[in-house]
Amino acid sequence: MSPVFDNIDQFVDGFLTSLEIILWALAGALPLGVLIAACRVSPIPPLRAFGTFWVTTFRNTPLTVVLFFCAFGFPELGINRSFFFFGVLGLVLYTSAFVCEAVRSGINSVPAGQAEAARSIGLNFTQGLRYVVLPQALRTVVPPLGSVLIAMMKNSAVVGAFGVGGDLWSTGASLTSAQGYPTFPVYVGGVAVGYLIITLTAGALLQLLERKVAIAR
Amino acid sequence: MQFRRTALVAALSVVALTAAACGDDAEDSAAEPTVAEAPEFEAGTTMAEIAEAGTLRVGTKFDQPGFGLENLEGEVEGFDVEVAKIIAGALGIAPEDIEWVQTPSSVREDVIEGDEVDMVVATYTINDKRKERISFAGPYYEAGQQIMVASDNDEIDGPESLKENPDAKVCSVTGSTPAEQIKQYLASPDQLTLFDEYSQCADSLRNGQVDAVTTDNVILLGFVSESDGAFKLVGEQFTQEPYGIGITKGDVAFCEFINDTLQENEDAYIEAWESTAGEVEGTETPELPEPAPCA
Amino acid sequence: MSSEQQAVLYDAQGPRARRRTLIGTVVAVLALLGLAYVVYRRLDEQGQFSMEEWGPLIDPGNEAFDAVWRLIGEGIVNTLKAAALAMVLSIVLGTLIAVARLSLGRIGRIPLIGLIEIFRGLPVVVLVFIGVRVLPDVGVDLSGLPGGQVLWGLVIGLTVYNMVIFAEIVRAGVASLPRGQREAALATGLTNWQTMRIVLLPQAFRTMLPAIISQLIVVLKDTSLVTFIANYDELLSQGESIQRNLGNPIQTFTVLALLYIAINYCLGRLAQYIERRQARAGRSTPEPAETAGLAPGAAPVGGGA
Repeated sequence: MSPVFDNIDQFVDGFLTSLEIILWALAGALPLGVLIAACRVSPIPPLRAFGTFWVTTFRNTPLTVVLFFCAFGFPELGINRSFFFFGVLGLVLYTSAFVCEAVRSGINSVPAGQAEAARSIGLNFTQGLRYVVLPQALRTVVPPLGSVLIAMMKNSAVVGAFGVGGDLWSTGASLTSAQGYPTFPVYVGGVAVGYLIITLTAGALLQLLERKVAIAR
Repeated sequence: MQFRRTALVAALSVVALTAAACGDDAEDSAAEPTVAEAPEFEAGTTMAEIAEAGTLRVGTKFDQPGFGLENLEGEVEGFDVEVAKIIAGALGIAPEDIEWVQTPSSVREDVIEGDEVDMVVATYTINDKRKERISFAGPYYEAGQQIMVASDNDEIDGPESLKENPDAKVCSVTGSTPAEQIKQYLASPDQLTLFDEYSQCADSLRNGQVDAVTTDNVILLGFVSESDGAFKLVGEQFTQEPYGIGITKGDVAFCEFINDTLQENEDAYIEAWESTAGEVEGTETPELPEPAPCA
Repeated sequence: MSSEQQAVLYDAQGPRARRRTLIGTVVAVLALLGLAYVVYRRLDEQGQFSMEEWGPLIDPGNEAFDAVWRLIGEGIVNTLKAAALAMVLSIVLGTLIAVARLSLGRIGRIPLIGLIEIFRGLPVVVLVFIGVRVLPDVGVDLSGLPGGQVLWGLVIGLTVYNMVIFAEIVRAGVASLPRGQREAALATGLTNWQTMRIVLLPQAFRTMLPAIISQLIVVLKDTSLVTFIANYDELLSQGESIQRNLGNPIQTFTVLALLYIAINYCLGRLAQYIERRQARAGRSTPEPAETAGLAPGAAPVGGGA
């Protein structure tokens, strides 16, 4: 394991960069996914079509291909931002489709009578969604949404291959192939442990949250 | 980015494609190296084993234009490939009996140690760290790391100016030696952008995502020549990268055989260069370097 | 399934709302067309629509067309091969893990749960790397297997990642069955293992089928991660090879994206079809409350890259 301890500062840096990618992507994917879900259930047909198109596209394309278009497509349109920005953007677009589906399945799990009751007291679509359906959907949404977000944290590893650099995954690549460290300790002892710290912590937080919303039932 | 319609790659692949399309079996422009008729080798040597087996397993790159690039037909082309063919010829093995194994930078020592190949010819820089695990024949080419920028860039004129322009981004390939070596010239590690392939760096240079690309001069020259004047090389070569042929550690006889073969086939060597990497404008036909003593 | 649900979220539109919707639609469509035009102009200025770039991909008369599509065809076959192998192995191993977890005692299953948590917490690209590169480094030789070392390294990485997800799907599937099923089976004199094999698993698998197919989509997409790690000629790697020779990455990747979407979309529809047929058949559909953990298929759907 000494390759890990010898380079612990690099691993810590990589860990922090990965965490940074994840936090930005969270901040983007959650609201965007909810917005797309609202489109998918909205009364306006073109918005529904747009939502369906969005989900079909991003859910069925490998993340690697989405990231490619972000890193090499946008600059073609004259949009130059850092690769970090494009990497996070790719992760956000990809994840938003899954967030949308998790939220939508939650909306569908709220009994129809609730929405009918909301309408009968005069709430319109937005109000009904905002005050009646979504709050109830939340508790069924938490477990699947949580696993979508944890999957996103794991997927952040792929972003490192698109010019971002310095995250956990690229740290492993640089230590093994350029500096000649053996792969086993670097990946199993370093990279894997770093991701486990992130995902297991997130998993524990998720369980706490699940317990909390479950009481609200 | 009118993408690198690669003078080099296109030239190579179009030749191959048209040949295939016309049902013409003529090989591309590289002259066929001479294949020795039933050469004699001392029993027990690597040469004898290979000649006996009738096939040579060569590790090379499949993604390095000019040195080792797999074309659409699945054949590999480039200078490294031609050099391997010269050596195969001296062993009495025809080019079609060579088994090509893709060896990206990160696995080169592994495949030699694991006896998955007989030799590796893959833009393989000779250095002491690698010599701990394998031996090198050659060198057969002297490259050096350099910097490529857009033609209208006056701010960067060598590795030193990267420190003076802390906003400048420089691109190289993940885990490669050039990527490690450029780090000492940077003001901050954020200046370094890493991709899987140099072509992605060249694309990013063209569309303004990075300000410079760095790796061995010959690889950069390929991009400069196909960029229609959009790229240029700046500054001197700031490292020396002698390319060697990787073989099993301590196989002195095989190493000497390879060195002698190259010395005896200097014409074929020059031919190999000119039909591949040498087609790029601005390259000079190299002289075969003096081989290092085998150990 | 969702259309009735959606309809209760809002009233049927009256004339005014319909007019507003129409105006909104027209404005949105015009805005999108405008955006599309700007994008088109920018790309066109860069020469991205030239036949020089597109020809090898779409013009059968192009000299490179045959070679390009032969590579793509091989890529699809290799992608499906790796995905299918990983899928079958993960279902088998996942079921074994689930059964073990259900039949071990409270203490006995702790190490198993630890294992599941660890494998679930790792990025699939790290697991594929471990399968392809670390295993040979620590002396596990897979090169003797048919298909070669990289294929099996990839399959192992994908399997380890997905088997624990399947274990969870199977566990939820078995747990969703009415308690009486197990009790009745035991009462007829079947052993625990027989109950599991003859009564519980077959019913659980029926309800799990849609989730299994959604997971297949994830596995299929994840095969593309091997491009960063080693040489296996799946679809994305073949695309890399094509654009390396032709210098048209944007065009090649557009075609690849469409192919992935087409394949995965069909699989997704298949999952929906089966789900609907089962909903009609009624009997084996679990209660809505229990579906929450299972059907949003989301545990699986979210996974991977």
